[in-house]
Amino acid sequence: MAALTDLTIAQAGAGLDKGEFTARELTDAYLTAMEAARSLNAYIEETPERAQTMADASDARRAAGNAAGALDGIPLAIKDLFCTEGALSTAGSHILDGFRPTYESTVTQNLWDSGAVMLGKVNMDEFAMGSANITSHYGPTLNPWKASSGDNAGKDLVPGGSSGGSAAAVAARIAAGATGTDTGGSIRQPGAFCGIVGLKPTYGRCSRWGVIAFASSLDQAGPLARTVEDSALMLEAMASFDPKDSTSVDLPVPSYAAALTGDIRGLRVGVPAEYRMDGTPPEIEALWQKGVDWLRDAGAEIVDISLPHTKYALPAYYIVAPAEASSNLARYDGMRFGLRVDGEDLTETYERTRAEGFGHEVKRRVMIGTYVLSAGYYDAYYLKAQRVRTRIADDFRAAWDSCDVVLTPTTPSSAFTLGEKQDDPIAMYLNDIFTVPASMAGLPAISVPAGLSDVGLPLGLHLIAPAFGEETLLRAAGVLESAAGFTAQP
Amino acid sequence: MTETTDTQTEEIPDHLVAHFTSRIGHNSADLIEGETGPWEVIIGLEVHAQVMSDSKLFSGAPTGFGGDPNTHVSLVDAAMPGMLPVLNDMAIRQAVRTGLGLEAQINLRSVFDRKNYFYPDLPQGYQISQFSDPIVGEGRVTVDMEEGESFEVGVVRIHLEQDAGKSIHDRIPNQTCIDLNRSGVALMEIVSKPDIRSGAEAAAYFAKLRSILRYLGTCDGNMQEGSLRADVNVSVRRPGEELGTRCEIKNVNSIRFVREAVDYEARRQIEILEEGGEIDQETRLFDPDRGETRSMRSKEEAHDYRYFPDPDLLPVVIDQAYVDEIKASLPELPDIKAARFVRDFGLSEYDAGVLVAERETAEFYEAVVDADGASRDPKIAANWITGDFFRRLNADDLEIADSPVSGAQLGGLIDLIADGTISGKIAKDVFDEMFDSGKDAGAIVEEKGLKQISDSGEISAIIDQIIADNPEQADQYRQGNTKVAGWFTGQAMKATQGKANPQMVNELLQEKLGG
Repeated sequence: MAALTDLTIAQAGAGLDKGEFTARELTDAYLTAMEAARSLNAYIEETPERAQTMADASDARRAAGNAAGALDGIPLAIKDLFCTEGALSTAGSHILDGFRPTYESTVTQNLWDSGAVMLGKVNMDEFAMGSANITSHYGPTLNPWKASSGDNAGKDLVPGGSSGGSAAAVAARIAAGATGTDTGGSIRQPGAFCGIVGLKPTYGRCSRWGVIAFASSLDQAGPLARTVEDSALMLEAMASFDPKDSTSVDLPVPSYAAALTGDIRGLRVGVPAEYRMDGTPPEIEALWQKGVDWLRDAGAEIVDISLPHTKYALPAYYIVAPAEASSNLARYDGMRFGLRVDGEDLTETYERTRAEGFGHEVKRRVMIGTYVLSAGYYDAYYLKAQRVRTRIADDFRAAWDSCDVVLTPTTPSSAFTLGEKQDDPIAMYLNDIFTVPASMAGLPAISVPAGLSDVGLPLGLHLIAPAFGEETLLRAAGVLESAAGFTAQP
Repeated sequence: MTETTDTQTEEIPDHLVAHFTSRIGHNSADLIEGETGPWEVIIGLEVHAQVMSDSKLFSGAPTGFGGDPNTHVSLVDAAMPGMLPVLNDMAIRQAVRTGLGLEAQINLRSVFDRKNYFYPDLPQGYQISQFSDPIVGEGRVTVDMEEGESFEVGVVRIHLEQDAGKSIHDRIPNQTCIDLNRSGVALMEIVSKPDIRSGAEAAAYFAKLRSILRYLGTCDGNMQEGSLRADVNVSVRRPGEELGTRCEIKNVNSIRFVREAVDYEARRQIEILEEGGEIDQETRLFDPDRGETRSMRSKEEAHDYRYFPDPDLLPVVIDQAYVDEIKASLPELPDIKAARFVRDFGLSEYDAGVLVAERETAEFYEAVVDADGASRDPKIAANWITGDFFRRLNADDLEIADSPVSGAQLGGLIDLIADGTISGKIAKDVFDEMFDSGKDAGAIVEEKGLKQISDSGEISAIIDQIIADNPEQADQYRQGNTKVAGWFTGQAMKATQGKANPQMVNELLQEKLGG
């Protein structure tokens, strides 16, 4: 039998149901693996005692015939952006030093109610701002993958971000699955970099209550897992209507796993012309074409579509997201929780606390956000960006007349080395070029590992569906996954 | 209160506000005579009214006044990480109700914005308010002055916003304590046009607004507890000329202070202008102990609040049926009620105005007139309330709600006068007795044997006796000194402990002395 940590969530669930092993054994296997893989710096805080207690409770439920469902006894890693009662919740920031909430986020509570086991809190870019997991106060997380050839062979690579700890943990088999959050690509890009599945649901599908806010109109929780099926199982548990989140949508949560029929005959797959950008590496183009072929071979109809405002998505995103962030992060003032650095007077206390508590990238975005909301600049930047956002959503709405899903690459490259692009924010921001439009439109999207680059690093393909079209999205992703047959491991 | 709460309200930008006064011309009585000629004072009020609601604007925490510091605080109010606001429907209902009460336009779509600034009593680092799309648009308030004149004040808008917490600077030396009990409490900001021309008018407008809010049940109007406070914008100009630079006096929390603050501020500005100086646009505070305003911060220190729509909240969309339903539930408001009192009860406008100024007074009055299906003389009822009833309330320092005498009880007293059971004079004593004991008038009259003597035989015998005992005075009368009749009346009342029917006494006296 394979190592317990190699099992997918679905496989592990089946093993637990058959009594082949206990949740406690499964959890202990992960705890052991976590210890061995600490050099990745995936976890900010491991919670082994809690994990064992939860696993024992799961075993007791199963023994009593009361297993809560597919996730009962499954060990998960939780992104540090989720508030978890009594467990460190820092958003990867120095300014939330020692913050242990008295409350549990809706999404994590849903998971625990489904019987899942918490292994610990995983690393991330500070306040989810980053595409490489290098802005965390707790240091960078490493990608478990290494290039097999080329200039970067053997060098430390980034796992992507901001959910870099989540992606690295799942890829390195130190979590069966992980929660992530995606604001402009923070689930899908690290998913692609680490060779796993990353799913960003429709905005409003998962509650944001108890998730530390980056950009409220874009933030959305979702799963990172090794298979499309695991992603479906996790999303089903995470999603809910939550009266405590006014932007949560009151729609029933379907059985996403049941949507994985493998049958996409007649499905219309849109291929947007505007995603063919200058300078995209040939291997990315080639993989995209493979994806088109796989879906066509499975019976889908391929449609050329146009999303004309695509090129404005990234610049508009880097106005809207920092604007909201500059306001959302105002509460970190050293007055009630987290870090406080005293000054001579109130203003100096604010200045010192925030100067010391926030890292460079967070400061950069707070400054950008403050600037674009300022009197005299608001119309030219924020308002205009919001108009662009409407146009992007309109583009997709028009596209759904002629297609059911859209297929694109997830990222313009494979994982890069630690330190690369660190001093070039624009190059870093370009990582999100394919993922940001779906975020701006609030649409569900998924990255599926689809192949290896020339130097042996994973690459992802990206599907986008209409709002609350998660079932179609997952069905198409499942077919893509089967066709790609991606079995490589770090 | 150790420190007033600074909600840091900034004026609405010009492009969003009909800043032009709708009041044309001026009343020469309102002009202030300076050294160099007359000045006109231009005043607009931004009134902050705490919404009557059990819970806060965006959290379920209670809103009751008092309570130990930081005991009425939810995770949302303390702006803990990951917390989200959820709109309290009651606040929307109350704002719409207020808008309808001020004959204002109700906006079926409105938006909550974030107003960003740092202060320790503002945990989120922003106040959730309404900026470009408030829930209520233009309306108006008719204000009556004592001289029987009235004028109209335009309402620019009403928007909903969160209150801030309270900073307490004097509890621990060199430290500031923060009490978040008020943090997140729902306020309505009611912005007037600059249609007000004197301190007295400003006070009258503020009082009228308070009265309407209390009728509507949307704000308790309790100024000591901070439920109602005004930011007063004052500028002066030569009659007919362009508006001058204004100063904003923050957080004035009594009707009297509004008048005093305006009067002082207008004088201050006139003095500066007459000495050739300029007015700095600034925020000022009124010091009631010294009766003066002083600078709080200048425009240069003004914040850039970086308003933008709160992405945690959806636009508020209501439909006309909702508005109509609230409209149907509105009580009779003071202006309408006063007109009815004049029309149906024959009261003077002045008396009607006094009786409707407070909802409780009007309700009490109507109870006196109508209680138990009675139909008492409305003028007599009005006289009792504005006379003896108010006198006793004042003397005992009581609010009408705490009155030991109910409207029905006062009505019962009036009935006893009307049917001749007691005289009007005895009734005053009975009333005081009622106020002291809470007993019904009938019971007191019974207990103390105060029933009026209306038996002509009994009174006749008493008068005969008095005339017989005082032949000198009787002669004086007969010789034409009719003034002495009053003395005889007094003697008769004295002999009956005031119980004799005074009208019968006078009639019989005339008959007997004259005969």
